[in-house]
Amino acid sequence: MYAFDIERPSSIKDAVAALQSEGAQALGGGQTLIPTLKARLAAPEVLISLTGISEMQGVCLSDEGALCIGAGTTHATVAREAAVHFPGLAALASHIGDPAVRNRGTIGGSLANNDPAACYPAAALGTGATIITDKRKIAADDYFQGMFTTALDEGEIITEVRFPIPEKSHYMKFVQPASRFALVGVFVAKYADGVRVAVTGASEEGVFRWHDAETALADDFNARSLDGLSVAADGMIGDLHGSPEYRAHLVKVMTGRAVTAA
Amino acid sequence: MASVTMQVNGKSVSKDVEGRTLLVDFLRNDLRLTGTHVGCDTSQCGACVVHVNGQSVKACAMFAIEADGAEVATIEGQANADGSLNVIQQAFQDHHGLQCGFCTPGMVMTAAALLKENPKPSEAEVRSYLEGNICRCTGYHNIVKAIMAASGQDVAAIAAE
Repeated sequence: MYAFDIERPSSIKDAVAALQSEGAQALGGGQTLIPTLKARLAAPEVLISLTGISEMQGVCLSDEGALCIGAGTTHATVAREAAVHFPGLAALASHIGDPAVRNRGTIGGSLANNDPAACYPAAALGTGATIITDKRKIAADDYFQGMFTTALDEGEIITEVRFPIPEKSHYMKFVQPASRFALVGVFVAKYADGVRVAVTGASEEGVFRWHDAETALADDFNARSLDGLSVAADGMIGDLHGSPEYRAHLVKVMTGRAVTAA
Repeated sequence: MASVTMQVNGKSVSKDVEGRTLLVDFLRNDLRLTGTHVGCDTSQCGACVVHVNGQSVKACAMFAIEADGAEVATIEGQANADGSLNVIQQAFQDHHGLQCGFCTPGMVMTAAALLKENPKPSEAEVRSYLEGNICRCTGYHNIVKAIMAASGQDVAAIAAE
């Protein structure tokens, strides 16, 4: 690997200050970034490791009943500690990557990277979560702006994610068998005032909400409600793993399964 | 260069490392603990799995600096105090859980993490937990059998296919 420096600040304030320097890049658990550096797809001069910041760790409930997760919290910790309050999210976290990856990879890293086939973006958008950074709060609906693109400014870091806890939820993932990333993943969440459906893996625009399904499911939260709906293949990813038509079909199938399992 | 200090298999070590030094390179090149293997170097194959503070991690996807102050366990520290194979290692030998042996250090470390978390896993749970460990000889069947046996379960019913 090429030469670079690593700094390990112990507070958000110090991390933000360190990220002001030219060529600096935040490092979460590194499960995507380190392979990216090896492949020379990114070449920052200095990495600011966020793993030593204790104020960015852990899972708790807010006074308003939302599940708050520190951005530096690993998938394995979310899988364990969110299980009681938000089993749909815990189950999603427990199926990201593999056990060793889950012990390093973080929720903040996943959301900052916004891989079009990552799982967490579906949960954040599918719950209407709030992404909290060192300087502001961003609604999930405003946060995701296309493949690998987010509302984050240069040097801005996610410090916490707040999830409104649904009455029922489920994440259904159809894995690409080699990479285990989602070929299509659908997060369905039912709240007292409506239903949200978010889809990852499928679209060339990254994670998106399937509004027609949300409306149909709000009337009757049953997979049958999707019968008359279809998803357009236009804008879906087409590659050697599946055509746009195949992915569009999977979106409906996975949504129905998620509703049934919720 | 920065100085790192960690406990590796119970022994304290301190060295100067570059920022880019991966934990696996630190273990292999600086400490000469070459039991931890580098297979794919893209964090997919799991040959480099070690434990950091008791949790399995892929040592090719973590910088040595990030293990500063941590307790690291590698395959070299797995044998019993008298040098005999531990229960997982012995089960791999008894059930022919290795062919070329390249993936074995990672398999054993992952199995150790699994059995600590879940002392009596089902066969499906073992297979699921091994998702990030690839055996290029495709010898999974006996690896799964060995891990089940190491957990003290009867593996006679698992056919030797």
